[in-house]
Amino acid sequence: MTDFVRAAREAAKRLAACEAKGTHAFLAWSEAALVEQAERLAKNGASGPLAGEAVAVKDVIAESQFPTTCGSKILEGWRSPFEATAVRRLREAGALVAGKANCDEFAMGSSTEWSAYGPSRNPVDPTRVPGGSSGGSAAAVAAGAVTMALGSETGGSVRQPAAFCGIVGIKPTYGRVSRYGLVAFGSSLDQIGTLGKDVTSAARLLGVISGRDDRDATSLDRIPLGEPGPAPANLEGTVIGVPREYFPEGLHAGIRAASDRALARFKDLGAEVRDVSLPHTKYAVPTYYIVAPAEASSNLARYDGVRYGPRADGGLKDVRAVYRATRGHGFGPEVRRRILLGTYVLSAGYYDAYYRKAQRVREAIRADFARVFAQDVHALFTPTTPTPAFKFGEHTADPLAMYLSDVYVCTANLAGVPALSLPIGRDQGLPVGGQLIAAMEGEARIIRIAQALERAVDATAEVR
Amino acid sequence: MSWEPVVGLEVHVQLLTATKMFCGCSSRFGDPPNTNVCPVCLGLPGALPVPNEQAVRLAVRAAFALGCTVHPRSIFARKNYFYPDLPKGYQISQFEEPLATDGKLEFVSAERGPITVRIKRLHLEEDAGKSFHDRVPGMTAVDFNRSGVPLIEIVSEPDLRSPAEARAYLTTLKQVLEYVEVSDCNMEEGSLRVDANLSIRPAGSSELRTRTEVKNMNSFSGVERALTAERERQIAATDRGEEIIQSTMLFDAASGEVRPMRSKEEAQDYRYFPEPDLPPLVLTGKWLAAERAGLPELPAAKRERFQERYALPAADAAVLSASRELGDYYERVVKAGVLPKDAANWVMNDLLALSPDGETLALAPARLVEVIGLVSGGKVSRQAARRVLGEMVGAPKDAALAVAERLGLLQVSDTGAIDGWVRETLEAHPAEVARYKAGETKLMGFLVGRVMKRSKGKADPKAVSAALTEALAR
Repeated sequence: MTDFVRAAREAAKRLAACEAKGTHAFLAWSEAALVEQAERLAKNGASGPLAGEAVAVKDVIAESQFPTTCGSKILEGWRSPFEATAVRRLREAGALVAGKANCDEFAMGSSTEWSAYGPSRNPVDPTRVPGGSSGGSAAAVAAGAVTMALGSETGGSVRQPAAFCGIVGIKPTYGRVSRYGLVAFGSSLDQIGTLGKDVTSAARLLGVISGRDDRDATSLDRIPLGEPGPAPANLEGTVIGVPREYFPEGLHAGIRAASDRALARFKDLGAEVRDVSLPHTKYAVPTYYIVAPAEASSNLARYDGVRYGPRADGGLKDVRAVYRATRGHGFGPEVRRRILLGTYVLSAGYYDAYYRKAQRVREAIRADFARVFAQDVHALFTPTTPTPAFKFGEHTADPLAMYLSDVYVCTANLAGVPALSLPIGRDQGLPVGGQLIAAMEGEARIIRIAQALERAVDATAEVR
Repeated sequence: MSWEPVVGLEVHVQLLTATKMFCGCSSRFGDPPNTNVCPVCLGLPGALPVPNEQAVRLAVRAAFALGCTVHPRSIFARKNYFYPDLPKGYQISQFEEPLATDGKLEFVSAERGPITVRIKRLHLEEDAGKSFHDRVPGMTAVDFNRSGVPLIEIVSEPDLRSPAEARAYLTTLKQVLEYVEVSDCNMEEGSLRVDANLSIRPAGSSELRTRTEVKNMNSFSGVERALTAERERQIAATDRGEEIIQSTMLFDAASGEVRPMRSKEEAQDYRYFPEPDLPPLVLTGKWLAAERAGLPELPAAKRERFQERYALPAADAAVLSASRELGDYYERVVKAGVLPKDAANWVMNDLLALSPDGETLALAPARLVEVIGLVSGGKVSRQAARRVLGEMVGAPKDAALAVAERLGLLQVSDTGAIDGWVRETLEAHPAEVARYKAGETKLMGFLVGRVMKRSKGKADPKAVSAALTEALAR
């Protein structure tokens, strides 16, 4: 038995243990698939940077060994005939696909409670959600099943679950990672991101999957980011901006305490901490909930049961009736809500008032970031989430409350800038995440800063 | 009251690219269903479009040929609607910022003489698949080979004033697009499709009244017939005091009538918005200048040049500039030393007569020049040359002279033989000879004809005439 096969069997044991605890991080995985990949790798003598590393892949990313269901009944059993560029690249780097990670249906949600196949549990506290939509990916890493995972973001779907589960999540610059094979939700916001047990793990995976792809017209013409460097000894000369809009009065006390401690560590490391303002922050959630559903309403039009996926025709002759039945049965409540919302804001007579105006506000949000970063601020530091992980059922009856859990993360998607979340402490046992945001293409900078903070802060310690 | 129709046309033209608009699949017509497909043109989850540079180039070329302003920055947009042959549930098109605007097309209207029709916009888009409602009983079959094939849509202003003008516009447009090799404009294969808008108003007025859209026309003559039918329908309705309702009319080529589309089939809100999967289409000034400079001579310019340079009548110049191929053919014949007007006659009267469809040129220019040489050299008669040409189509390797010989069409200029036929003829027609000598000189034609008949058409008519004159003078 080769080292690769032995490692694959070990990985399978970790996955089995994770799922045996009821985490439900995975929608599909198998020891046989892991071993088969390891055997192939051994035969081909791979020596890539991630050789033998098992990586969980969020189920909205096309992959051919397992179904790609996007957590939806409408794609039940769908096997993609092609693989996402990110998956191809991680395979080329020697990594093995551990399995398909659970997520909210079509990545619409913040808790995995909208997965059509049941929610994942937060390994830190199984009575709480792991966050979402990449909750399965985050839970798999937090449970120790894998050390890294692919997730995707449209409005914080990597960083928010990373924060809830006490791990690291990176949302790269829009265009840094090819979207080819990422099932579209809000195309102008979507980015594949990475999750890892620490900053270096998440950064290494990003280094492998990034870089120009001719199959994605929006991909940046840049070479891959490659391996991250070592953690810097200090942050002398680094200016950390603290946007006051992210620290409102009434901010959760544990979140505030953890943030304050992290800012103190930044100063200890020699960084300058500076108060800044991003005045349009308050419009981010409403803007996001116009742009993302608008694009989603169009992106999800293709699920009509004509070419793939289950068709609910029930002997109906009228094609409209077939669409209604197929989509009515296939989509869950949150997806239906967003399709309706998106269809409405794009409709004749409403387009100018909603979609066009939202695009203008989005420009203002983008300009906020550009202005701050033009003032010699190297990175912004904010909480990742307004609260630690919430309990199951806490927000499902109140969509707005659920949407507001993305208030600090959706700005980076609207602006296209890179951001990451890393654990900065615990509040009553629950992980708290801190967010670093950089200017466009500033991933390497925030990875370096996060590595320094990660060493300087005890993320497992209670903050109050 | 006298009514005048106001007509605008929307023309979809398939671009002559090897591959589709946003993927690498072949755009060939007529392949077995669903063989030229991939994740992108099937709209599979996760697939993304990437623009085809050649499609952009052809669209730009068409825009320049139509005198449009080509915008260095244009935006792709999604047109959303549900239909089984539309795999993504939206068509990638252009809406608010199209590739090109403000063009024009000039041609001669039968009613109004030379006119200029303004072109409002020209934009790029992808085609949908094709639905077949009659292949499988009780089912609809869908072929996605056409899905994603590149199209341009050319929208005219409502500047046309009769069904005949609409047809002339289309003929001229087709000619221009074929000249710049942007499309084959084959209506039967669907590479050119026309929708029309028509309203009526009192002749001479400048108002614009409620228009209807006319669809389902599959030939240029069909467009003319459909618009005539719709014009008459609107006039009759207005005369009855009815209001014209904005609607879509379908033309039935078999009955020649138009009928309204069910209102359920229309009333679409396409919810256009900028396509987030594609960045703005940005064309550099240098690239655009190169495309503009690379345009071939257009039909109108060629027509004028032929008139001036070769002193051809307008009608001849129009025929010879109908296609680039024919114009080039003509000029090669002239270059070979044939007088321009003679060359025009040969090409128009003899060569085109041999064409099965009035377009395909049956012989290479050098072959035609060979035959012209036989006539000017007195080897065959002008009449016989036509038969030689016809024979040469089926015998591409045989020299014209050999063909003439095989057909027994070589003229005899040997004076011995001609003198013999003249002598026999004069002996056979003593009465006519006497009348000729008495001053009835117009009988010369009759006598030449008799000699030619006796020679079975092989004698050189000029030599016959000379020999007769000499014999009668004795």
